[in-house]
This record gives sequence, structure tokens and C-alpha cells, in this order.
Amino acid sequence: MSKSKIIAAIQKNKPAEVLLPSIPSFETGNAKPFDAFVATAEAGGSQVFRISDSPGLNTVINTLFPEAVNIASPLPTVRSTIDLEKIQSTTDLESVDVAVIKGQLGVAENGAVWVTEADCGQRVLPFITQHLIILLDPADIVHNMQEAYQRIPVDATGFGLFIAGPSKTADIEQSLVIGAQGARSLTIFLEASQ
Amino acid sequence: MNQHAQKAAEFIRNESRTDWHDEALWFIRSKRDKAAHGIPEWEELRELASQVKSHVLSKLDQYLEQFEARAIQNGVQVHWAADAEEHNRIVHSILKRHQVQHLVKSKSMLTEECHLNDYLIERGIEVVDTDLGERIIQLKGEPPSHIVMPAIHLKKEEVGELFHEKLHTEKGATDPKYLTEAARQHLRQKFLTAQAAITGVNFAIAETGGVVVCTNEGNADMGVHLAPVQIHCMGIEKIIPKAEHLGIFTRLLARSATGQPITIYTSHYHRPKTGGAMHVVIVDNGRTAQLGREDFRNSLKCIRCGACMNTCPIYRRSGGHSYGYTVPGPIGSILTPGLDLKKYSGLPFASTLCGSCSDVCPVKINIHEQLYRWRQVIAEQGHLPAAKRQSMKWAGRVLSRPGWYNFFGKIGRWAIRRLPRPFLYNRFNEWGKDRELPEPPRQSFKEWYRENKRL
Repeated sequence: MSKSKIIAAIQKNKPAEVLLPSIPSFETGNAKPFDAFVATAEAGGSQVFRISDSPGLNTVINTLFPEAVNIASPLPTVRSTIDLEKIQSTTDLESVDVAVIKGQLGVAENGAVWVTEADCGQRVLPFITQHLIILLDPADIVHNMQEAYQRIPVDATGFGLFIAGPSKTADIEQSLVIGAQGARSLTIFLEASQ
Repeated sequence: MNQHAQKAAEFIRNESRTDWHDEALWFIRSKRDKAAHGIPEWEELRELASQVKSHVLSKLDQYLEQFEARAIQNGVQVHWAADAEEHNRIVHSILKRHQVQHLVKSKSMLTEECHLNDYLIERGIEVVDTDLGERIIQLKGEPPSHIVMPAIHLKKEEVGELFHEKLHTEKGATDPKYLTEAARQHLRQKFLTAQAAITGVNFAIAETGGVVVCTNEGNADMGVHLAPVQIHCMGIEKIIPKAEHLGIFTRLLARSATGQPITIYTSHYHRPKTGGAMHVVIVDNGRTAQLGREDFRNSLKCIRCGACMNTCPIYRRSGGHSYGYTVPGPIGSILTPGLDLKKYSGLPFASTLCGSCSDVCPVKINIHEQLYRWRQVIAEQGHLPAAKRQSMKWAGRVLSRPGWYNFFGKIGRWAIRRLPRPFLYNRFNEWGKDRELPEPPRQSFKEWYRENKRL
């Protein structure tokens, strides 16, 4: 009922058709978005590590979060303490200290990483965990959001998002506080896939 | 005095607090400038964003239908609401169907506009706002004073006092970090027990039938992914044609709002979670009427970044509550007269017409021109207060008659120089309340020209 009313009102009131502009890609000419990505991610409060010559992912996780009891990840290479496929209710994830997921694409201009539900195991995982680690292939870093959206099929999964740092707020007197309702920290491991 | 002026007068009574408010907002405006200047194509992005929005408005019916069809294919239930009442009724019926008692909400100016919280609370549902700023004002029983930073008008001491009372934090605690942590613990419990989550919508993609929500705290996602039922409420103007257009809008939104390159979380919801339900409520509530007003339809391009508030010399010194509407500041002042011309007839005058709002607007809405245009409409329809109407009438008469103009100019120059203060500064002189009248020139330009043209 209301739908036809709204549509009819729009048809009556809308202006003459205006053409849709075409969107340029705003090439930066900067051949290496890698350095820019690291700089903007760190400025946004993320920690970035290159772990190509590291002693191994699990060792690094233990070094960074020595007190973590519960580690959850859909990745087989991560030593998880929680099996994401077997949890009864998503609220059980409240006890997760560290979650490790794979990111699909990094954006140099803002330090954001594209992640889908397929990467998370559970949609709520990157938010409910106390600390979040994202693994990203440096080859998957693009310059800007135009380029990012050209590469991402946004509806390939039911849920996908850009994450650009730890959860934060400045709602009390404009003081920046890290760790609002989501993860208290974001660590990005840059590692080339074999 | 109009309502805004009255409330602004109360606000500025506390001078140091006014300065503090002014500076807090200017700080954000400065951050916005820095972020905008960091992108060489900033102006081009603004122009493109404006054009994309113009295009959408001209085909809004088709895009909404396309969006609905795709969303339904995705397994989303789509509802249409002509006004606030219907919107509230739809949301309530969804909650009732799923037997929801506990509800979490992330920030949504649309649901504020519809007064959804009160509606649901009256019907026995617990409603918890989960954005920290929104939770603060909800606990305080106040409306938001800013669309991006709802509690920008409160000091940390006030938040500390409030949290001590409501969340049992230590008395006298004012450290934002400590207070935020207390809210985090409190809200986690609410997220874990919520049976439904409501969010606003930043963008709805016609081509894919999905909605995009931007937050810094992650509260929208905590709610949506934990609760079995998710409801997204959107105004009809939130539509964009394709996902590629998000490239423009996500680059503009956070930079304009807070000076960040992007919000921490930019979430794209396309399908319900396994075993869950996803609803989208599409709301008109006066928007199609605004679409029909040629001079004002561009106001529907607004992406709710709040940049026009942060830059506005009036907003910064009068506070969001002085506007008496959910969306305050310059953009609110061009949206409200379309809803109720008489009630909001004071708001288009809450401006110096300096044009700074239009300069920072990421979708290039000609805000200050629309403010001026609304003033004309308000005058034409007889909603000016008597004092302003009379003085305008006299000014019109004087300014259209050269003889009168010369005569009154002379009287005025003489009066300011000669008359004792009580004759000049009294209740008829609104302008002179807090200001000195200008030093009158010795002669008018006309007189000067007559004297000097022979030289």
C-alpha cells in the first residue's frame, strides 16, 4: 500500500532525468601502494608486521599476546583453541581473546582491509574478539577505494566489510579511546602467499 | 525572539562553556580540512558525489524498486513506510512476531526522527542504544545534539556523574578511558542478550540489494551478528546505483565527518545470517514532498556527515539542542521548514549566510542559498514574527524611495552621534543588545561624491 503511494509521489515530484557521471579510477601514479598502506594503517591505530622471515605465525601470536587463553581462527595454520564450526551459539565467542582471519584486499589510502564472512568463520568473530589479527598478502594492496570496489564483488557473500583499525570512540569530550565495543587492537601481518 | 534564538541565549549564558563547545567543533572542522587536503581529487569527488545524487533523485522510483527486487532475491524482507507512525508500527510488528523483549540499536537519525525508542519502550520492549554517545544521552534522557557526536555538548565530569549513578562507576571518575571501558562492559552484556538489532543505513545499493553501515565502535556489527533478527531502517534517499559509487562516498564521508580517512568499520549486509532474519524498512516521512520542491530538493543529497554543523558559527555557539530537531545545524534548518513551516520558521534565520556550510558539504548542497530561499518563503507565507515583519516592511519602503532613504540616512547618522544611550540601546534595538552600533560616517557616500566629483 505505502509502497505504491511512495513510488507514485516520487514519479510525480522527481526532476527531469540527470545523467549518471562515469567514475574515473584516480590513478595515483604511485607504483608502490605498499608503503602508503603501512603508514595509513599505523596512523589509524593498527600494528603492521612483515613476517616473511618470522619464526612462524603461531610463535608471533604467542609473543604478541602471551596472556591469550582462547584463540579462534578458521585458518588451518593457526593453533586454535576454539573450533568455530562446533560452537553452539555465537555468544560463546565472548571468551575469545585473539581471532586470526585472512584479509582479501588492503587499501593504501586509508589502511582498510576487506574481509568477508567466508574469512571469519562466524560473522561476529572480528568484533567480539578482544584482539584481531588479519593476514594480508602485500600483492593484494590497491591504491584507493575506487580500485578496491572494482576488485570486490560486494554481494559475493552475505556479509563483507572494510576494517580500518581497532574499535574506537571519541564520544566523551573528543578524547580518543581505543577499544569501544569491538576489538581492542588490530594487527596486520603482511605475508606473501606461496 | 524566535525559539532558536531563545534557546541559544540560554546556551551562551555560560561563556566558558560556549567557548569550549565552539573550540571542540572547530577542532573537528580543522581535522576535516587536513583530511580533505590530503586528497588531490577532493573537489572532483565532491562534484561526482553531487552528480550521482542528482541522478539518483531523478530516477529514485526505479532505483528503489530495483533495490527491493534484489534484496528480496537475497532473502531480505522489505517494508515500506509512508510516515514515522507507520515506520514505528512496522518495526514493532516485526519485533512482536519474533517475540523480542530486548533490543539493541546502533545510531540511526531516522529512528530518532520517528521517535522509535519511545514508541517501543511504551510497548514494553527494552531499547538500548549502543553507540557510546547515544548511550550517554539515552541514560541522561536527552535527544542527540549532533548527528555524528550525539553527546558533544556534555563534559566528561557530567558523563562521569551519570555513569556513577547508572553504571556504578567510581564517584568522581572522569577519565574517558575508564568511562568508555565501563560502557564497554555494560554494553557487552546487552549485546549478548539482545534478541534483535536495529541499525540505520548509510548507503543502499540498488544493483545488489545490500545496505552499508559505517561505525567506528563496531557496535552495529556486535548487535547485528549476535541477535537473530536484524532490522535496517533507511530513508528513501539513501539509495546509490552501484557498489562502485561507494568508492566515492566512503572516501568523502569519514573525512568530512571526523577527518578520518575512513570509518573503522564499513559493513556491507546482503543476506541474513544462517537461521536469522533480515528486514529493511524504507521510509518516506516527508522526503517525497521535499523532492517536489525544486528549490530545496538538493537537501535530499545529504549523507549525514555533520561537516556543516562543525563549521557553522551559529551551531558552534548555540549547541544542537537549540534547533529543536533531530538533525540540527545548517542542514537541519533547510530540512525542517519542509516538515512544518510554522513550527520551524525560526531556523532558516539561525545563520549568518556566510556560506561555509556549502563550502564543506561533501555532496555540494547549496545550503546557504536554500536558507535564504526559505526565509523568503517564510515571509511570503506570513510566518515572520511581527517585529521582523514590521521592520522589513519599513526597510522596504525606505530602500525603495531615494528621498526617504537620504532623509532617514541623515537622521540615523545624527541620532547615533547625538542621542543619549537609552534612546539607542533599548528593547527595540535587538542588534545593539550585545554590540555597539557602528561609528556613523560624517556624510553619506552620495554627499561625498557630490563634493568630490569635480576634483
